Amino acid sequence: MLIFNRDTWQEIFGSIQKNKSRTIITVIGVLWGIFIYIVLSGAAKGLDNGFEEKFEDVAMNSMFTWAQQTSVPYAGFKTGRPIQLKLKDVQILKTRVPEIQYIAPRIVKGAFGGESGSVVFGQRTGSYSIYGDFPVLSKIATQKIYIGGRFINNNDIEANRKVCVIGERTQKELFAKDVDPIGKFIRIDNVFFRVIGVKKFEDGGGFGDDGDITIPFSTYRKLYNTGNNVGWLAIAAFDDADVMKVEEDVKMVLKKIHQISPEDERAIGSFNLGEIFNKINGFAKGLTFLSLVVGVATIIAGVIGIGNILLISVKERTKELGVRRALGATPSEVRGQIILESVFLTLIAGIFGIVLGSFVLKIIDSATQETDIPYTNPTVPIPYVIGALFIMVVLGTLIGLIPAQRAVSIKPIDALREE
Amino acid sequence: MIEIKDLHKSYTIGKNALHVLKGINFNVKEGELVAIMGSSGSGKSTLLNILGMLDVADEGTYTLDEFPIKDLNETKAAKYRNKFLGFIFQSFNLINYKSALENVALPLYYQKVPRKERNETAMKYLAKVGLADWASHLPSELSGGQKQRIAIARALAAQPKVLLADEPTGALDSKTSYEVMQLIQEINDEGKTILVVTHEDDIAKMCKRVVQLKDGVIIEDKYVEQVRASDHV
Ligand SMILES: Nc1ncnc2c1ncn2[C@@H]1O[C@H](COP(=O)(O)OP(=O)(O)O)[C@@H](O)[C@H]1O
Ligand SMILES: [Mg+2]
Repeated sequence: MLIFNRDTWQEIFGSIQKNKSRTIITVIGVLWGIFIYIVLSGAAKGLDNGFEEKFEDVAMNSMFTWAQQTSVPYAGFKTGRPIQLKLKDVQILKTRVPEIQYIAPRIVKGAFGGESGSVVFGQRTGSYSIYGDFPVLSKIATQKIYIGGRFINNNDIEANRKVCVIGERTQKELFAKDVDPIGKFIRIDNVFFRVIGVKKFEDGGGFGDDGDITIPFSTYRKLYNTGNNVGWLAIAAFDDADVMKVEEDVKMVLKKIHQISPEDERAIGSFNLGEIFNKINGFAKGLTFLSLVVGVATIIAGVIGIGNILLISVKERTKELGVRRALGATPSEVRGQIILESVFLTLIAGIFGIVLGSFVLKIIDSATQETDIPYTNPTVPIPYVIGALFIMVVLGTLIGLIPAQRAVSIKPIDALREE
Repeated sequence: MIEIKDLHKSYTIGKNALHVLKGINFNVKEGELVAIMGSSGSGKSTLLNILGMLDVADEGTYTLDEFPIKDLNETKAAKYRNKFLGFIFQSFNLINYKSALENVALPLYYQKVPRKERNETAMKYLAKVGLADWASHLPSELSGGQKQRIAIARALAAQPKVLLADEPTGALDSKTSYEVMQLIQEINDEGKTILVVTHEDDIAKMCKRVVQLKDGVIIEDKYVEQVRASDHV
């Protein structure tokens, strides 16, 4: 095989060394192309990873639904009737929409404009949104509790315990720096609650902030006298379910339960993270695609440059190639050598570009390490790199064909006459 | 060794055809040293190029060592050239970025001779032309006479049946020319068939047979008393 022959390579190195400046210029052309490709697609991947990391605490197939006022008269009711979700809706939804994996009824005081709970610890006071929640919520949106604490559990619900999980800001505002809030009692709307955990705030899309206080749902309804009322429902579908369809089904069932016209678009509100996530994801994917297009275009430009310079070099070497042919080089040997030169130059340039590009990506990565920029682990997937190398070999071959063909199209006798 | 019959060759320049060879017949036996003479433009190089399979005739037959040379494509021609023929050019045509040794070894490279053996053979022929000490030098570091000796070593390296030399002394002064002719005579003494194109009488006289070309035909073909180049050096 031509490629495994040491002499072939010696011939190639010989002609590459002889034309140093030519070699360097061509190599830089392709190097730049692959460099752009690696940096762009790596950066896009980094953004993609970054977004994914930001959203990893939220189940992608989760949704929220709440009730508003009817906008269509139905079943003898006038339009504008306020709808109230109830605890019993949960059970009905679970049986009628089998794609639901978890469903968490939630209720809050303060988050949506109403009066917040006023909270007191010692001399310090503040007002915060008070949430009534079930432990299942943590299956839908991960609740990161700082070491030493815990989230609401089933016993809390059953015993109507007066316990609470507070936010990071709440801790900062109510407690001195050296005070461990766990086990301390704070007064929420004049009732004492024992702090059982501090929640790390994660911006997981949607609402909520770092001052939120969570108490057991059962305790909430007694404290605020809300009966079976539910503020809204957080729902997670099974992984393989289509959350958009689940969203539709859930709304249909709720409309039935509460005697709302199926045509009423306003009575039941909802929103799903999957959709939003898909939009952001689409943006990141678009970026990846764009970088792919730009990168590949730059590589192609670089390889065409190699072809161009090889063409010039073949012209310069007409006489030499004529001598070689007089001495017995067959057209395919001449062609093979020029194509190998092209592929070799392309590959060398490509490998340098990959190394340089990875190096730059590393630098960007460490520069964004401690910042808020959603940028994580900006690696170029190995298949992309291999794909790029493969493209380069193919292009290098194709482009090399032109000067190779030009080199053998001229008869040896004419080549020898050339001065 | 060489038999050509009724060889014709024309070049077309624009609309005009230039009939350069108008029916050449001649035979060369093994071990001959033939000078092809004629004024400039008489078709000497054209004839030699056809014999060297660098060009093809329009008409006529060519047999080399009882092997009919016809229907040549480039690949076939390259292989035959490599196997049967050694070329010596007026302008040496060494590859300028290769050392003397690498230049001599090049025909063997195209014969796929393994590297070690190739270099040994090349070294042997370098020694034969008296330039063993110059093996690692580039052509630019050599004199004209030395370059032509390297070229002769290269032509010999593949052990061809015939050496074809087109004005081998054309770029050399007379003293160096005689040295090169002495080398050619020595190679011929060992039995190699050699054709030398020249327009210089003194060079032709150092061959054993002189063929005169004029207006595309052979006007004279005679055996001569060979003048030994060594007498002039
Ligand atoms: N490739 C070519 N195209 C056109 N005319 C040519 C070509 N090669 C040679 N000739 C012409 O053919 C004639 C013979 O050329 P050549 O064989 O080189 O002569 P010599 O070697 O005897 O000087 C010259 O008139 C030359 O101009
Ligand atoms: Mg001539």
